[in-house]
Amino acid sequence: MAETSSLTFRPAPAGLADTVATVVVWLIALIVTAVFVWILGDIIWHGIGQISWSFLTEPPRNAGREGGIGPIIVSTLLILGVCIAVAMPLGVGTAILLAEFTSSDNLFGRLVRRSLDVLAGVPSIVFGLFGNAFFCVYLGMGFSILSGGLTLACMTLPILIRSTEEGFRSVPNEYRMGAAALGMSRTSALIHLLLPAAAPGLLVGMVLGMGRSIAETAALIFTSGYVDRMPQSLHDSGRSLSIHIFDLSMNVAGGDANAYASALVLIVILLIVNSIASWTSDRWLHKRIISL
Amino acid sequence: MTSSQNGQATIPPVSQPQPDKITPAPFTIGPLEAGPPCCTPDPLIHVQNLSVHYGQKPALEELSLTINRGCITALIGPSGCGKTTFLSCLNRLTDLIAGCSVKGRIIIGEQNVRDPNIDVRALRQRVGMIFQKPNPFPLSIRKNLDLPLKEHGIKKRGEIEEIRETVLQQVGLWDEVKDRLDAPAMSLSGGQQQRLCIARAIALRPEVLLMDEPCSSLDPNSSGLIENLIRQLSQSFTVILVTHNLAQARRIADHAAMFWVTNGSGRLIEQGTTSQIFETPADAITAAYTNGRAG
Amino acid sequence: MSRSRSDAMLIWTLRCCAGIAGAIVLLIGGFLVIESLPALQHIGIKRFFTDASWHPSANASQGTFNLAPMLWGTLLAMSGSVLLATPLGIGSAVFCHYYAPPMVAKFYRKLIELLAGIPSVVYGFWGLVVLVPLIRQLEPPGPSLLAGIIILTIMVLPTVALMADAALANVPSHYLQGAAALGLSRWGTISGVAFPAAKSGIVTGVILQTGRAIGETMAILMVCGNVVQTPSRIFDPIRTLTANIALEMAYAVGDHRSALFVSGLILLALIVILVSAAEIHSKGHVYG
Ligand SMILES: Nc1ncnc2c1ncn2[C@@H]1O[C@H](COP(=O)(O)OP(=O)(O)OP(=O)(O)O)[C@@H](O)[C@H]1O
Ligand SMILES: [Mg+2]
Repeated sequence: MAETSSLTFRPAPAGLADTVATVVVWLIALIVTAVFVWILGDIIWHGIGQISWSFLTEPPRNAGREGGIGPIIVSTLLILGVCIAVAMPLGVGTAILLAEFTSSDNLFGRLVRRSLDVLAGVPSIVFGLFGNAFFCVYLGMGFSILSGGLTLACMTLPILIRSTEEGFRSVPNEYRMGAAALGMSRTSALIHLLLPAAAPGLLVGMVLGMGRSIAETAALIFTSGYVDRMPQSLHDSGRSLSIHIFDLSMNVAGGDANAYASALVLIVILLIVNSIASWTSDRWLHKRIISL
Repeated sequence: MTSSQNGQATIPPVSQPQPDKITPAPFTIGPLEAGPPCCTPDPLIHVQNLSVHYGQKPALEELSLTINRGCITALIGPSGCGKTTFLSCLNRLTDLIAGCSVKGRIIIGEQNVRDPNIDVRALRQRVGMIFQKPNPFPLSIRKNLDLPLKEHGIKKRGEIEEIRETVLQQVGLWDEVKDRLDAPAMSLSGGQQQRLCIARAIALRPEVLLMDEPCSSLDPNSSGLIENLIRQLSQSFTVILVTHNLAQARRIADHAAMFWVTNGSGRLIEQGTTSQIFETPADAITAAYTNGRAG
Repeated sequence: MSRSRSDAMLIWTLRCCAGIAGAIVLLIGGFLVIESLPALQHIGIKRFFTDASWHPSANASQGTFNLAPMLWGTLLAMSGSVLLATPLGIGSAVFCHYYAPPMVAKFYRKLIELLAGIPSVVYGFWGLVVLVPLIRQLEPPGPSLLAGIIILTIMVLPTVALMADAALANVPSHYLQGAAALGLSRWGTISGVAFPAAKSGIVTGVILQTGRAIGETMAILMVCGNVVQTPSRIFDPIRTLTANIALEMAYAVGDHRSALFVSGLILLALIVILVSAAEIHSKGHVYG
């Protein structure tokens, strides 16, 4: 240390590169913030005026130019419900296996992880193709809320599994050791101790998965379909909020006003959902789970 | 637990077979009859040529040790010499550690601990463990005690209540918590938590209690309480106590075993009665360590 | 031993779950292949690149099936946005870590997370009603490769920003202190010490964002004009593989439908390559 101590006090040269870098970095931050404010501001500005209780509850009229989004919200929730009901048990089971019962060098565990990594990267339109071929045609479910929900379940599994696993990893090992030392079976240690302690991770996963599902469009166009009527059962086709926005802006001339309002509703829902997720993971997991 | 006689010719028969299920009321602490323990050496635990590796790394090598019924045996030695590892072998907690491999023979009573076919849960009921850091479950005080009991087939309300009160009284916690049994166990102080953990362990009426530095994370006051408790418990259980507190070992242990790291792995270098180890050690390292000159 | 039996049952149940979850990718791949087979047999791989144009029909012999312009569309939009988003994203992460005051950094990070959460259809809608008219004023027609690149850039920027942010957070602080002690300037420290230490995470982020850029559908569909052509200028409208599927799937039948699955298969193959690259690069720890 004695040799380097003379270096310690050398003043930092504020060279040209340093100044340029500072300017560029601040500029980048400003541009990104500006774009963000622009997008969000535009949508709030144009959307807020349309939103009312009747907009949220009434059915759309005149191809959506008038009226509200009542049935569309119902369809969205139903699709979401199917998705969570299927993905939850499957995902939690997988996460428990990966986190609690497989060592890191286990071949089966590695294969499952690898395939989940690929699944996480599969483009949503490919999920749409698959969902159409498998659920709608092969299993004969047709364009239905069920097909859409199942397709989304496949899509949200990786994020659900990853954060549930994270939840289990954040449970201190003392609980496992303590339970084992008391002669408890792994099943009851899991049910009574680990599962409650890992619940935040599970919640984060579920909420992130929900966010992903609510935002999804491409995977739903050919699975849950376009029909904007109030769905009577899970076998009916149902239009999700995101598809509604797409349809209004692309296929309906003069649909922009309601598209803005629907976009605002969608963003607000996602904002709530994502805040829950990030609050839970900051508070309980002390780790940010990046959902990409 | 069946009393299988699988190849233990060298092991003397045990006077008191462990009941398979916890026998119904009246509940008393511990399986040993009251009476002056540790007067006549009555070996309960036999360990022969025990070696433990974590992956490729040796943690314990060629360890042989006999532990007597009804005694407090103190394990002493510097950090990392494998004391915790040794304890985890006795209740097969090593099963839970990925990459941990155990070789050698461990017999407790008549039971071959390393036999892959034994009921590990029953073994762990028989051999209780207290950890270095108090580890109550994040549940209520009541649940902490009830959960393991229910797990071991004690389901009757009255019975559970009786056991709960007896053990809490035994560890001197009853008066402090009887009015708030439904409070979270985590809201107790460190010393109270550790006593709760001890209560939880003895509620299963184990034969052997493994205590891994039970006072290390506690203040002197709670530490003294626990020490008295251990002394008391030693009348009903066989206690193996890991401690860094040599004065404590000297005060309460009947026997002592000295662990040391040689050639990168933990070994047992000396064992004997406490007075032997502390006053007339045969090994130079032991002498230095107990005098505070090494370790 | 009855409890151990319940343990065994639990483990088998869990294995079934994991098996199903792991098999979904295979199922997807399998179904794409099965559905693609008619097209691959009737049209053949070669025609997807050599046919005169994309005028598909249900019968292979009556249509033309050139996917190349759309592949170009996908690749151009992807490369443009990755080239733009990478410096912006890394710059954002650097801003958070080394330039912004703590409060600003916290706020900015939240903002990036929000950006990541906005659905693609909303980006597409904004692009359609705000961005495209702006570009039209600049140079008609408006819906164009440029619009696609800009929208994609905004969409994938959070990916690389968040990954780079996480990677920079993991740079041991004594590296930076050491650099400061040596009298390195701020930028010197960042470029000389922080970047090399965080390189792996940043590269993984770039690979993942590339995957997102390839797979993005709705936003691209809404702002790119969807004309099947190989663009010669940045203001030309384009159609990407993903947009093509979304546009034509609704009415496609026979070999046409099958050809769309072929393009899905191409997309899946691109993604598998990218994810494998990310896995190899980060030695299996893609998601921290
Ligand atoms: N789970 C594990 N994985 C790998 N190595 C381990 C593990 N547990 C312990 N070891 C190693 O085994 C050796 C013995 O550890 P052990 O915990 O038994 O020591 P100890 O005597 O209890 O120490 P202390 O007094 O600090 O508690 C140490 O070198 C330790 O690093
Ligand atoms: Mg220890």
